[in-house]
Amino acid sequence: MISIKGLHKQFDQLEVLKGIDLEVEKGKVVVVIGPSGSGKTTMLRCLNILETPTSGVIHIEDQSLDFNKPISKREIPPFRRLTGMVFQSYNLFPHMTALENVMEGPVTVKKNNKEEVRKKAVQLLTKVGLGDKLDYYPFQLSGGQQQRVGIARALAMEPKVMLFDEPTSALDPELVGEVLKVMKDLANEGMTMVVVTHEMRFAKEAADEVLFMDGGVIIERGKPEAIFSSPKEERTKQFLSLIQ
Amino acid sequence: MFLNSIFADPERVSRLIEIAKNSLQPLLEGAIVYTIPLTLISFICGIILAVLTALARISAIKPLQMIARIYVSAIRGTPLLVQLFIIFYGLPTVGIVIDPFPSAVIGFSLNVGAYASEIIRAAILSIPKGQWEAGYSIGMSYPQTLKRVILPQASRVSLPPLSNTFISLVKDTSLAAMILVTEMFRRAQEIAATNYEFLLLYLEVALIYWIICFLLSIVQGRLEKRLDRFVS
Repeated sequence: MISIKGLHKQFDQLEVLKGIDLEVEKGKVVVVIGPSGSGKTTMLRCLNILETPTSGVIHIEDQSLDFNKPISKREIPPFRRLTGMVFQSYNLFPHMTALENVMEGPVTVKKNNKEEVRKKAVQLLTKVGLGDKLDYYPFQLSGGQQQRVGIARALAMEPKVMLFDEPTSALDPELVGEVLKVMKDLANEGMTMVVVTHEMRFAKEAADEVLFMDGGVIIERGKPEAIFSSPKEERTKQFLSLIQ
Repeated sequence: MFLNSIFADPERVSRLIEIAKNSLQPLLEGAIVYTIPLTLISFICGIILAVLTALARISAIKPLQMIARIYVSAIRGTPLLVQLFIIFYGLPTVGIVIDPFPSAVIGFSLNVGAYASEIIRAAILSIPKGQWEAGYSIGMSYPQTLKRVILPQASRVSLPPLSNTFISLVKDTSLAAMILVTEMFRRAQEIAATNYEFLLLYLEVALIYWIICFLLSIVQGRLEKRLDRFVS
């Protein structure tokens, strides 16, 4: 489903990703953990080409981009459509209602019929528990509600993979649960997901695999119970002891 | 002194009232036929030019950036009246003859384009980077994100300063009198030249400008309220 080979990313002098190799099978949920500055968010953003990798190859489904040679701008939007992105700070469009946010992609990008898109958007918002908030503007919604609109907006484009960039980090503690529940439901439906998060409980309950990143490389990977109960690498142990 | 001389002479008072009344119609005509259309056309052309210039300034293409910079610098660095004179009196020397009204439209549009481009550039840059990324992440292209996501938000930010530009433009159109556009101020000059009541006519014309600008500021307030509906 996803295959990353030799992914490097350099910002000026700073090398943030120092060669990432990763395979994710269809329907699997991969949780990426690691200290800040470890490159986990950058890796996720490279999957959506919000950051252009310095080198490496990314395959998703039947498409691939090879960053070892120049990439034409036209290749990026179709590749991006394979993934849906959920941001830490939601990034909803503030001038659109919840419904309009979810409809925007299918209407503007896919040019789908507006009435059908509306029906589907209502379904999606109902699914994330916001069927009664269709006409609310983002500023009228709580953080947890906004993030759920964000998830519905990404799902509306029917991506093959959902990417979550610390989706609950900006939320008040009592709102985290409602977002995680939506994410777990998605996982149970068989969505392929890559989740950067600090929510160890989510990792334990929903992940098929946990990746520990530090210093721009993947230090250790394995089943959640294995990583959390008996990490092999010293750095993984240190990190886990700090957060648990 | 002046007031004394007016009120000492009831005949002069009634003459002034008469002139004020009679001049109102040609002045308003000048406003409706020239001042207002000149303002509206120039503003619309100017805003289009301003958006293009702002996009050129923030684009990654160096030559485009450079052209936009030079344009803004040249227009902001030279007096509007001089620009109008170059277009209307200067260009005919090299065979380019443009009528007064289009000359004025060109001059004012170029002027608004330069000043408003800085406002629009700042407004675009004030929209968080996450908004661009959100647009891209659902597969939108640069023009789609700009049109659907960035500009609607930037327009809210830029409305108050752009209203300023618009109101300035209403008053600046009086400079078109100098290149023979028979707009409101030129009418006032022409009428005053026949009856020598300069103070009366220039006060009258000033009052009409003030009323137009006052009405515009009311419109601005309403627009702001409408655009603010999505912000707490």
